[in-house]
Amino acid sequence: MTQYLDFEKPLAEIEGKAEELRALARANEEMDVADEAAALDAKAAQLLTDLYKDLTPWRKCQVARHPERPHCQDYIKALFDEYTPLAGDRNFADDHAVMGGLARFEGRPVMVIGHEKGSDTKSRIERNFGMARPEGYRKAIRLMEMAGKFGLPVITLVDTPGAYPGKGAEERGQSEAIARATEACLQIGVPLVSVVIGEGGSGGAVAFATANRVAMLEHSIYSVISPEGCASILWKDAEKMREAAEALRITAQNLNELGVIDTIITEPTGGAHRDSPAAIQAVKVAIQEMLEDLDGLKPAELVKDRRQKFLDMGAKGLAA
Amino acid sequence: MNWITNYVRPRINSIFSRREVPENLWHKCSECGTMLFHRELSDNLNVCTSCDHHMAITPRARFEALFDGGIFTEVAVPEPVADPLKFRDQKKYPDRMKAAQKKTGEEEAMLVACGEIGRTPIVATAQDFSFMGGSMGMYVGNAIIAAAQEAVKLKRPLVLFSAAGGARMQEGILSLMQMPRTTVAVQMLKEAGLPYIVVLTHPTTGGVTASYAMLGDVHISEPNALICFAGPRVIEQTIREKLPEGFQRAEYLLDHGMLDRVTPRTKMRQELITITRMLLGLPPQVVGDLPAPAPEEQNAAEEVAPDASSEEAAE
Repeated sequence: MTQYLDFEKPLAEIEGKAEELRALARANEEMDVADEAAALDAKAAQLLTDLYKDLTPWRKCQVARHPERPHCQDYIKALFDEYTPLAGDRNFADDHAVMGGLARFEGRPVMVIGHEKGSDTKSRIERNFGMARPEGYRKAIRLMEMAGKFGLPVITLVDTPGAYPGKGAEERGQSEAIARATEACLQIGVPLVSVVIGEGGSGGAVAFATANRVAMLEHSIYSVISPEGCASILWKDAEKMREAAEALRITAQNLNELGVIDTIITEPTGGAHRDSPAAIQAVKVAIQEMLEDLDGLKPAELVKDRRQKFLDMGAKGLAA
Repeated sequence: MNWITNYVRPRINSIFSRREVPENLWHKCSECGTMLFHRELSDNLNVCTSCDHHMAITPRARFEALFDGGIFTEVAVPEPVADPLKFRDQKKYPDRMKAAQKKTGEEEAMLVACGEIGRTPIVATAQDFSFMGGSMGMYVGNAIIAAAQEAVKLKRPLVLFSAAGGARMQEGILSLMQMPRTTVAVQMLKEAGLPYIVVLTHPTTGGVTASYAMLGDVHISEPNALICFAGPRVIEQTIREKLPEGFQRAEYLLDHGMLDRVTPRTKMRQELITITRMLLGLPPQVVGDLPAPAPEEQNAAEEVAPDASSEEAAE
């Protein structure tokens, strides 16, 4: 049973009616509802297409946070073989908000690192809703450096509301951990490609997404601050998140225009959560293309490519 | 008089902008409430003479006290695209910029300069908290890259004074991208084998702390400066408990291993001279009554920043 978002209410009603009709028909064999149900289905499909054709930034934010959206775990399971998780920062703890380890992508050994939000109450708590603590960034640094040492490409999957605003996280040097992770991204002499699969939240996202190539799923977001956070600071009212989402330019389409990302990955109609296998397949193709694009570059060239990409960033704004 | 309008007036304005008493002569310490005579306060680098509370200081005032004879040359910062997102909240971003420029007399939230401290040539850059909270946008990123490039070109150490509420929301994702951009700048220094010293001042928070401010060879902070990623209010809302006294203050970070030193502003200059000279393998500073150094050679930077030469002429 799909969880409907608030703007999908009309859709929920139509799909509900179709479901009711079918239930009636099952109870009463003489009833023939096939035509009516099919008409409702068609209507629902049309509405879904219309709703998702031109999502507002805030609606995209809601889709990006949809609890049934495929998460890092789902991608790793579907796209990688021999996934061997590697744990710990060798310093304090293992952060369950960050998954990472060796794996094979299309037969090629790689290092995969990503944020995992969890899929039910228990796993969400265990994963801290995808909000990494310093240990998570330090684990990522360790894995990236290991990948650099052994010449393995690094693939990062970004899906985090942001860094965890907790007491211990601050005491253990959250800022330093994020800064060092960004630095590690910029230093490694292997291909680094990143896909924003859901939420790209602020520093927590940058620490993984300072990559040679960055792709974003069509309805994912990437932002310096959450729309709610921005609204409460600039509008003094967290309820103005729609306006903030609009002003912040958080969508894949805006970011592509600004040159911050390289590729937009098309999602199935109605968002990745309505057809996870198709979404995951599309991400696979994007990763393949990004890696191919970097094939043959020497370590020093890869580092240079990455640095230049970020130095050049922001040279142009959005068209008026 | 260009010099009067462009330099003297803004500086006077910035010193007295948060004044609560009449006639611009007295300043109330925001910590202990002591009334301080303006000259006494500025002579003491905006540190309260009664309780040692460190009040905000503009980059220009800081550089005048930092560099030998108060002489420095501004380094030109490439202009970024104005209002790249066409951002609008309750006000338009360009209007907020204009208001900040009028209030501070500065173009943007960061100043980059070359000069000597204790006859040690350095490049310094300082963030201006009074300019939109010192927030890091494209300009600040460009300033740090320009500072690093200048330091590499001249083979000098870079001293950076941080002060910011974080990233500039009005530049959205582009402000976030300053985290990797400024990290590239730090790497340029690292590869050139040049010292990079960060002086963290009140407040240094958010994306600024989580990038160039935490990547120094040496981290020094001014006393009681708030230094954090997530601010105390956000954390209290998340964990729903009161935070301990002094949490995220400089001394607390020193205890938790994030800083090398906490040094009062009045002793900072001497400490920077001592540290940079040792890192550069130079002999100890000669202490004595030497004449002020001659102004630096005119360079391309000055042509873009005509103010710099008029300042020196005024010294």
